[in-house]
Amino acid sequence: MISSAEFVLLSPEILMAAGALLLLMYGVFAGDRVSGTANLVGMIYCIIAAFLVWQMPDQRQYYLNGFLVHDSFASYVKVVVLLGSALALFMADAYARRHSIARPELAVLIMLAALGMMLMISAHDLLSLYMALELQALALYVLAAFQRDRLASSEAGLKYFVLGALSSGLMLYGMSLLYGSFGSTDYLVLASSLSQGGALPMPVLFGLVFVCAAMAFKVSAVPFHMWAPDVYQGAPTPVTAYFAAAPKVAAMAVFARLLLEPLMGAFNDWQQIIIFLSLASMILGGFAAITQTNIKRLMAYSSIAHVGYGLVGLAAGTAEGLQGLLVYLAIYFLNTLGTFAVILCLRHNGTAVENLSDLKGLSKTRPLLALALTINMFSLAGVPPLAGFFGKFYVFMAAAEAQLIWLALVGLLMSAVACYYYIRIVKLVYFDEPDHGTDAVSEIGLRAVIAISAGYMVLFCVAPQPIIGTALEAARGLLLR
Amino acid sequence: MPATLIFYLFATVLILAALMVISARNPVHAVLFLILCFFNAAGLFVLQGAEFLAMLLVIVYVGAVAVLFLFVVMMLDIDFKQLRQGFVRYLPLGALVGAVLLIEIGMMAVHWPTMAGAAAQTPAPAALGNAEAIGAVLYTKYWLPFQVAGLVLLVAMVGAICLTLRDRGQVVRQNVSVQMNRKRSDVIEIKKVPTGQGISDGGMA
Repeated sequence: MISSAEFVLLSPEILMAAGALLLLMYGVFAGDRVSGTANLVGMIYCIIAAFLVWQMPDQRQYYLNGFLVHDSFASYVKVVVLLGSALALFMADAYARRHSIARPELAVLIMLAALGMMLMISAHDLLSLYMALELQALALYVLAAFQRDRLASSEAGLKYFVLGALSSGLMLYGMSLLYGSFGSTDYLVLASSLSQGGALPMPVLFGLVFVCAAMAFKVSAVPFHMWAPDVYQGAPTPVTAYFAAAPKVAAMAVFARLLLEPLMGAFNDWQQIIIFLSLASMILGGFAAITQTNIKRLMAYSSIAHVGYGLVGLAAGTAEGLQGLLVYLAIYFLNTLGTFAVILCLRHNGTAVENLSDLKGLSKTRPLLALALTINMFSLAGVPPLAGFFGKFYVFMAAAEAQLIWLALVGLLMSAVACYYYIRIVKLVYFDEPDHGTDAVSEIGLRAVIAISAGYMVLFCVAPQPIIGTALEAARGLLLR
Repeated sequence: MPATLIFYLFATVLILAALMVISARNPVHAVLFLILCFFNAAGLFVLQGAEFLAMLLVIVYVGAVAVLFLFVVMMLDIDFKQLRQGFVRYLPLGALVGAVLLIEIGMMAVHWPTMAGAAAQTPAPAALGNAEAIGAVLYTKYWLPFQVAGLVLLVAMVGAICLTLRDRGQVVRQNVSVQMNRKRSDVIEIKKVPTGQGISDGGMA
């Protein structure tokens, strides 16, 4: 049934699944008071799984009857996703305790969501892709509604669930059309059948469009972004941070694998779709964020814009473009986690505040926090020499090399627009008088995440090679088989 | 020829019943029409030679899901009139989008070439029954999707419990051993009441 070689390849997933089940049993018997331990254990599981993934050999292998594939691309993205999950759990603990959502199920659901993401990154068959996608999505719906006594949280969960179910329907319809045309759900059959050239038959085109629309929903690219601001604002803040970090990275990776592996033969057809999604996301994300007054909502529009930049790399359809996307994701996940960690620190007399006006004069009350926020904002804006600049640089370079220079130019223009609202935050923090004080931060988890992200953003330019080199290797692992 | 006739019979009833599901005023009627839908879909499956799927549809969807749904509709006090508000207002736009999609799908349906290099159709094994054929691959070839489906169900269960189960502090639970170990002296106090004077409650109330 499962050979020992397959067992080794599957070991990180097995670890996560078994870990989540054990944690669930522990939580059920020990009760809500062990939620802190559960978060810690969940974090350790994620880190061990990331280590297991990291030390796997690079060569490409298909396993479990071709349902999954192992390559350097999968390893790279899985490590990013697992580290994102671990840091989100690290951050979540203090918030959960303060907002009476300290239950061990939080860690269990984050672990199961991470497991779903690992499986979907490795999926090499439409069937396993769909199952893994549903596993992570279902866990995320519950996480959005986790603060069940707050109306906004329940609303976020319900909206996410209804729209997510709709997008799953679109995806299944698209998949069924592809299956009907190719007689198989295996990526290898799809790829070899499409690579024979000729005009794309109508059903395949239809399937392609439906699958792209569903994936655009999962990464919240315009015009399928409507859910993101409401869900980001309503969900508990650490969960929002998790949404912006891990699932977004995983969904972008799945989108990339889907388009560049089985559907590469239809490159000319999907390139225009991706260019449109990318343009629309960059422009809407850039302009809509300007009018926001809630920080979490602003971060949602910011993440929509960042999806647009990432898709620029995918639109190029080259190994360099994919490398740019991977570098972008590896920087973006930590950047956004760091920003949300700062948001989690904003408390006034014990209650969390999340309006932009609450940031006024933060530099006078909490200078270190203000500095970390400034670094993260400049990095999100893409100001050199911070890490965010490198992400944008590689993506736009790849687009320019792939004859999409105008797309790169629009991207540059929109980053200039985005600078406006990132730097407005810096202005609020440094040049305005504080309305009220901000409580001191004592939680080790938040402090650590803020320090790690700010340090990473600043020091990335000293030694960018490990990430950039690994990203190139990962991109080649997917594209040059 | 009779098979074609039966197909159209099932298909027509299926579509009409589906229309009734979304347009019936009474939610209980809507669920009953949904059950009619399932039966007709099962009939279509039988026509395709997939008798196992037809059976599953009847047993699982009609037997469990629809009945459960009926219970929910009858027991929850949902104001369906309110849910239906705006139906007429959104109808033109919805109908337009639906019509465009329907026309596009129609265009696709009349033009359905087989892709070059597509996998050959799996021949229906003559010697094997439906259930046997599925059973032969479900736990072997399709091991991974099967296990993931189990995890999806687990997440649904964990989610449903952790979003709805509330530990009510006020509820008095029966504790059998405490009940059995109660002594008469713990709960009953006998007092002599002098005539015409009454007693203070002695901290009992």
